[in-house]
Amino acid sequence: MSTAGTSKRGVPEGLWIRCPQCKATVFRKEAEARFSVCPECSHHFYMPARSRIKQLLDEESFEEWFSDIRPCDPLQFNDRVLYGQRLKAEQAKTKMLDAAVVGRGYIRGRPVVFAVTDFAFMAGSMGSVVGEKLTRAAEEATRLQLPLIIVSGSGGGARMQEGILSLMQMAKISSALARHDKAGGLYISILTNPTMGGVAASFALQGDFTFAEPGALIGFAGKRTIWNTLRLELPEGFQTSEFLLKHGFVDRIVHRKELRMELARIIDYCEH
Amino acid sequence: MSKPIASLPFEKEIQQMEALLASLESRADEQGDTLEEIRRIRRELANLTRKVYMNLSAWETVLVSRHPNRPQTTDYIQMIFDEFVELHGDRAIGDDRAIRTGFARIGDHRVLLVGHQKGHNLKEKNECLFGCAHPEGYRKALNKMKLAAKFKQPIICLIDTPGAYPGIGAEERGQAQLIATSLLEMTRLETPIVCVVIGEGGSGGALGIGIGDRVSMLEFSYYSVISPEGCAGILWKEANDETKRLAADALKLTARDLFKLRVIDDIIPEPLGAAHRDPQQMGNFLKQYLLRYLRDLKKIPLPELLEQRYQKFRRMGVFEEGVKTVAVAEGQ
Repeated sequence: MSTAGTSKRGVPEGLWIRCPQCKATVFRKEAEARFSVCPECSHHFYMPARSRIKQLLDEESFEEWFSDIRPCDPLQFNDRVLYGQRLKAEQAKTKMLDAAVVGRGYIRGRPVVFAVTDFAFMAGSMGSVVGEKLTRAAEEATRLQLPLIIVSGSGGGARMQEGILSLMQMAKISSALARHDKAGGLYISILTNPTMGGVAASFALQGDFTFAEPGALIGFAGKRTIWNTLRLELPEGFQTSEFLLKHGFVDRIVHRKELRMELARIIDYCEH
Repeated sequence: MSKPIASLPFEKEIQQMEALLASLESRADEQGDTLEEIRRIRRELANLTRKVYMNLSAWETVLVSRHPNRPQTTDYIQMIFDEFVELHGDRAIGDDRAIRTGFARIGDHRVLLVGHQKGHNLKEKNECLFGCAHPEGYRKALNKMKLAAKFKQPIICLIDTPGAYPGIGAEERGQAQLIATSLLEMTRLETPIVCVVIGEGGSGGALGIGIGDRVSMLEFSYYSVISPEGCAGILWKEANDETKRLAADALKLTARDLFKLRVIDDIIPEPLGAAHRDPQQMGNFLKQYLLRYLRDLKKIPLPELLEQRYQKFRRMGVFEEGVKTVAVAEGQ
């Protein structure tokens, strides 16, 4: 999950970045011009929520919703740092209030409800805010009869600092997605690096279609959990997009530069 | 109370007094003053037990929830269900012994019973992997629950797992996928669902059979987004005796905490000194609650039941919006 040449959170910093896959030193601007993909080996770097929106949606078409939902600290959670303090630091670092951005926009002229979680904010974990925003996005998609697209990137899954309330977000968003499904709504889930734990075990794997970016880490139990419980070293390529495709849990692995076109194509197939 | 029970660190005094009482009772054929002494010690023991159990820390509660003599799903099947017709297999891979499913009778009701089983002895524990289910377990549970909905029988889920199994086979066969599917379907299964955490409510593995119209916990069970050990290992970098306690406190995982956060409907009381001291009494308490839930839920028309289930989970979470705090969990 943590990779050489990137900061601790997997966010590239500085002018040059070192590709964790092929070890090439890449000029950052050049990688960004190619959708933050390594020009040498096609390794997909972390991409912030705002860049995702810019990349996937038609220019200036995104209308953000529920942007003033803010996290608080219902458990007064203290793991040497107060959760409230941690939130402030994350907000200052990312310029986001929490890990999800939702709204509506267009993909090659097709209207969609679009949501994305950003790994930079507390590893993209899901607490009450992420749960509420995604749930509202799903409800709006149902109401407006629009396709729903969620781009997941979460290392932690459910956010520990909100305890059981985070776990219950999995139930909440599942309820809304079940209704969207029942109403005949389309939901395309896009898995990016990483999608783990309670996020994988809820909305990220509840789509009509599951796409994954190449080389993303996707799974339920993390490497550390498996090691701590069973003392097992994991085989090479375990829990990657390619591993999930092989085992039948992903419809398509899609290169980032193809994603817009692929989404538009699936939407067209599902129109009625 | 006759069977010797495994010792928890905070139970030393209780057990000493229990031993004293037992030795007095064994020669109780004697004069009046011994009988008087026995009565006095019984009273004292009850007071002491009540006091200890009223003041358990979060970590101590976790220990009680994992007590080897604590009744498990198969014990409740024996104690409070009149019949159990086990239905095996997920029709794809195998028959996960960590989750048991089958038709059962309780009171005047026919139900589908789904429950984690952790096992009491080593052989049974190995067979059901300490209650950690594989994807097969969740597939089996969902298949049988769909059958129940088809034949209009209510579902009872007894939750008791440290978590879903974290292993290579489980990942290869789609642990996350099967739990995700289970959650989605349980939110809309067209029959009443009652979920009770009877021991450990370990994260996604618990929630995987945990979406229902009533969700309650036994008094000394716990329900958490992550185990205290797992949380300590990640946030405190090391799981030791001290950090496990801190993590258990911080996670707010006891029945009382969850009731305050409006995540559960009821705290089902345990007998004096917890379920492992008197399993039969625990069974009686649980049965009363289950019968009441079934009676209440069967009266609600299906569309209303599903709408209430939706709203039940819809309101969970605490955040701020606009100018004021929206404590959805405290709502209404």
